[in-house]
Amino acid sequence: MSEHLPALQVVLPLVSAALCLVLRRAFVVRVFATAVAWACFAIALALLARVEAGGPISYALGGWAPPLGIEYRVDSLNAYVLVIVTAIAAAVFPFPLRGREVRIPRSRHFLFYASLLLALTGLLGIAITGDLFNVFVFLEISSLAAYTLVSLGRDRRALSAAFSYLVMGSLGAGFILIGIGLAYQMTGTLNMADLAVRLDPVRDTRTVWMAFAFLIVGTGIKLAVFPLHQWLPNAYTYAPSLVAGFLSATATKVAFYFLARLVFTVFGVAFAFESMGLGAVLLPASVAALFVGSIAAAYQTDLKRLLAYSSIAQIGYMTLGLALLEERALTGSLLHLFNHALIKGGLFLAAGCVVFRLRSSALADMRGLARRMPLTAMAIVVGGLGLVGVPGTAGFVSKWYLVGGALEGGHLLVAFLLLASSLVAAIYVWKVVEVMIARDGPEPEVRCEAPASMWVPTWALIGASLYFGLQPQWSIGIASQAARSLLAGAP
Amino acid sequence: MALLELGQYGFVIVLLMIGLYVLIARDNLVKKMMGLGIFQAAIILLYISMAKVRGGTAPILIEGGGDVVYSNPLPHVLMLTAIVVAVATTGLGLAIIVRIFESYGTIEESELRELDRSSDKADRGAR
Repeated sequence: MSEHLPALQVVLPLVSAALCLVLRRAFVVRVFATAVAWACFAIALALLARVEAGGPISYALGGWAPPLGIEYRVDSLNAYVLVIVTAIAAAVFPFPLRGREVRIPRSRHFLFYASLLLALTGLLGIAITGDLFNVFVFLEISSLAAYTLVSLGRDRRALSAAFSYLVMGSLGAGFILIGIGLAYQMTGTLNMADLAVRLDPVRDTRTVWMAFAFLIVGTGIKLAVFPLHQWLPNAYTYAPSLVAGFLSATATKVAFYFLARLVFTVFGVAFAFESMGLGAVLLPASVAALFVGSIAAAYQTDLKRLLAYSSIAQIGYMTLGLALLEERALTGSLLHLFNHALIKGGLFLAAGCVVFRLRSSALADMRGLARRMPLTAMAIVVGGLGLVGVPGTAGFVSKWYLVGGALEGGHLLVAFLLLASSLVAAIYVWKVVEVMIARDGPEPEVRCEAPASMWVPTWALIGASLYFGLQPQWSIGIASQAARSLLAGAP
Repeated sequence: MALLELGQYGFVIVLLMIGLYVLIARDNLVKKMMGLGIFQAAIILLYISMAKVRGGTAPILIEGGGDVVYSNPLPHVLMLTAIVVAVATTGLGLAIIVRIFESYGTIEESELRELDRSSDKADRGAR
């Protein structure tokens, strides 16, 4: 049984998605989806424990030995990403789905949860598989589910947002498919570890250069790295808060994982950074993302849209750590994967609480929120401090590593810009806080905290981000181990 | 001659560009989906053309056939999956377009953007 855990990790949510169509009752399906997410979380933790104890796991799907068959390969990086995705799913799935946020009636909620589980399946599949074409298939499963979920937002603008997300996402997936094809053409294999070996003799051909370029740009679109981020703000703003929280905390993280896998495992650092000059492209793009995202966020008048723009800046931190090519900075990136997932997931759920009570996430409607919904307001403040990177929060730990990595690599200017961008982040966070503590809100005596079913998941994520800010040894240990194995180029 | 042998790639690139152009330049959302379809078809052609082995036959094992050259079956199989994905994407895209038409009354992107902008303004003006 336990040797089949890698397959179960993906098959369980896939089969459960189909089972949702049989169960149908909204409440039953919600409990069922939550249970599945928890089971996936348990499997991911078990996989992580096994990888830590016994090294990478290789699982031949259907008994066909790799490189001919599809291989599921779990090393410290995969296991870490699997834990992030399933942990977020476990916290987000119980968050109740309210009619104020989705346009489908309660009798159709089972379809929503089926899509949610399919999105989870796809994301876990990308993270676990060692086969390049398999990545494409899972990418499309998760993306198609994500387009559907975004289009279910209450506001009609969710539809146009979902459509541009679909167009951009399909274009990105198309680029990835071209890249995979070109790499296959030169090597005759789709297995990532095998590709790494067989690409070596043909590295200096134009076909491989094109394959690399197509794969990186395609992944960049999925990752929403600046300037390929146009689809993201609208999609997250108009999606139901639960969906925005889930996708912002997992989809971009998995895309970042795939980028790291391509650069470090498949193509190799020397090829990516020396022959192709990835650093020269990614470093300025990441720094630009920090400022464009944060400054745009400071101008927003809607909480969800503000959080969406802040995501673009936070993605910039992750790609920055990769572009710096320092072990410390890469550790910082991988830490930020986890920390930002907790913080942004929690913040979007808090926005969901706000929408539930106020029927709007506009900042202007949130005046005096601290007295009307103290728990929710507190969650937003703590999460916001995490985005800025105040000591004691999880965001501080990852930024500490990023700045340290930048200084070690002699990138003084980058380190300075990193700190400066945190100040810009402080502006948009303060803007939200200022509105919430304003004293001229309507009926300040009325307390209308969101129900426990909503604030408990929110605080589970925000509380975890606080915990991992104060006790970061566990996450630092895994992240630095994963960073070391990536830089060592071990497939 | 070398140019002719690479002719398939030229064809694929031209198709890719036509698809991309339609996707970007057309205002009508259904036409955008058509552009996406052309783009995806071009990728499928790219894969299928790389599977061709000169003088190769269909990859069905011929018993006692001796020295038979087969085409590479793997890219064909991969493209079966890609076709399914393309169909699903088109289906979902068209479904979203139908709902866009129901709630906006138009499927022209420029008009949609105009309507979105005015509802953004209404959101801000309501405060």
